[in-house]
Amino acid sequence: MPIIDALLNGLTLGGMYALVAMGLTLQYGVARIMNLSYGQFMIAAAFATFWLFTSFSISPLLGLLIVTPLAFGISWLIYRVLLTPLVKRAKDDNALEVDSILATFGLLFVIEGVVLVMFGGNYFNYAYIDRVFMIFGTPMAADRLIALGFAVLIGAGLYAFLYHTRSGTAVRAVAVSPVSSRLVGINVETAAALTFALGGGLVAASGVLVSMFLTFNASMGVIFTLKALIVIIMGGVGNLPGCLLAGLILGMTESMVATFVSPGLTLAATFALFLLILIFRPNGLFGRA
Amino acid sequence: MRVGANVIWVALGVAGLAACVAVPFYGSGYAMSMAINLLMFATLATAWAMFSGPSGYVSLATVAFFGIGAYTVAVLGEALPWPVVLACAALFCALSALLVGLATLRLRGVYFVIFTFGLAELMRQVIIWYEANIGGSVGRYVFLDITQSQIVWQLTALVAGVFLTGWLISRSRLGRALRMIGDDETVAQHCGVNTTLVKLVVFAISAAFIGLVGAIVAPRWTYIDPNIAFNPVLSFQVLIMALLGGANRLHGPILGVIPMVLLFEYLSANFPNHFSILLGLTFMAIVYLVPKGIVGLTAKLGAARRPKPMPSTAPATGEEAAR
Repeated sequence: MPIIDALLNGLTLGGMYALVAMGLTLQYGVARIMNLSYGQFMIAAAFATFWLFTSFSISPLLGLLIVTPLAFGISWLIYRVLLTPLVKRAKDDNALEVDSILATFGLLFVIEGVVLVMFGGNYFNYAYIDRVFMIFGTPMAADRLIALGFAVLIGAGLYAFLYHTRSGTAVRAVAVSPVSSRLVGINVETAAALTFALGGGLVAASGVLVSMFLTFNASMGVIFTLKALIVIIMGGVGNLPGCLLAGLILGMTESMVATFVSPGLTLAATFALFLLILIFRPNGLFGRA
Repeated sequence: MRVGANVIWVALGVAGLAACVAVPFYGSGYAMSMAINLLMFATLATAWAMFSGPSGYVSLATVAFFGIGAYTVAVLGEALPWPVVLACAALFCALSALLVGLATLRLRGVYFVIFTFGLAELMRQVIIWYEANIGGSVGRYVFLDITQSQIVWQLTALVAGVFLTGWLISRSRLGRALRMIGDDETVAQHCGVNTTLVKLVVFAISAAFIGLVGAIVAPRWTYIDPNIAFNPVLSFQVLIMALLGGANRLHGPILGVIPMVLLFEYLSANFPNHFSILLGLTFMAIVYLVPKGIVGLTAKLGAARRPKPMPSTAPATGEEAAR
């Protein structure tokens, strides 16, 4: 049945968008960096996984354990080396926002260029587990389900960290007010750097998981950044449950449009959704008007 | 002192325009294509900075308007007289800018950035979808009786137009209001400035100029498809040039255009595969090293050469004092 097909597809797609957006909501909500090169990190991770799998036959799930910590480290370095000077010279939040938009826009072209030089502009995919399950009479690829399972695990882990540990509470405090956080003895610079790195680790993890079932190419990063941005605005910046719900809404919308209207119009549907949010709930689904 | 500097700038500008008009008579084919590139980017960067410079709202949608202009020519070029086609291109771009602006410019700057960030990709995909499902082909041919020389002259006129418009705006209430928004939007609102309207009007004017550039250079291609017309690298190039020159002054962007067009020429000829990496690195260097552009740099040097004012009246240190 096409409707069940579309629903299941929307569910996995939505879960994926929620996972992708979680890292960005941390980077933007806590570290106050509007990272336009976000999607390129994800695509780079997908290519790294592809390379590990095809050249060294390291399974993507093992790749997850290699790529994620690596991305965490690289993101930490990027924050420390590239973004800290911008944070220091910014007079206010607005200036930092403009500066970080510009700097990461440059980074976007650098990362995309590196991936293009290494892998070329073709579409890539690989077959990890070639099994298909039947759910409600609809075929469903096993690796898609595994990816979704891991996405749920990672999301739950992040939630537990943010809401049930001391450091997580500090991170949330910085998100609410960097100035007051300093007053209660939180080292805002360290917290921001670690949160930015955590966001980088998350986006790499989602890149690894997405590479298991999606055909990807070097120039797809922009679309993922855009969708992640729309999801975090819909869900409210820094709001994880909101992120999940918004991701699911976006995934469902796209899946429905692709099934019943035309696959070529999914981005138009995304923008339509974004427009509705901007017009009716500019502070997010749960935000106060 | 200021008047003298302005006279020099105007004289330089007129000399530059005269040189551009003369290129088709004396220049080689290569000089023509360089002239077209320079004029095209000069108009684009100045038009971009007209809105984004004073307001501080970074628009990443340059290529979206450029592509709309080019597509207007591809669709209407043979059906209507050329001036009408150009008018349509400007009109379509201004209308799209109004739509985008109505949705986003009432709100915080980020929404605007995000929307414009995706706009070119949206246009690209929607046109591909339309051409594949309804139009029946991916690309379109542009067979028009417009020579390279005519393109050069039209662009020269356009660059003069964009400077004149920019100058008029910067001296009008509109321009002052826009600069005030860039400094502090809340204050501007409290002073009775209709901030949304001001942003909308200037954004639409800037978009119309960008669309005109796309329309004027479209006949050069003879064949266009959405991937050519909406290539995101163009938005990026324009942004680099405007920021290198300095987006806060009318003559700023053009100072960035000249070195950057030469650099792009050199890079794309010698490092075609690493173009985007080098472009990104150049851009980051500019953001870090010359955040206020060449204009800001020369102003700083000029201030250093002049005798220092007394500390009590030194506005230059206000920035440090504010911390």
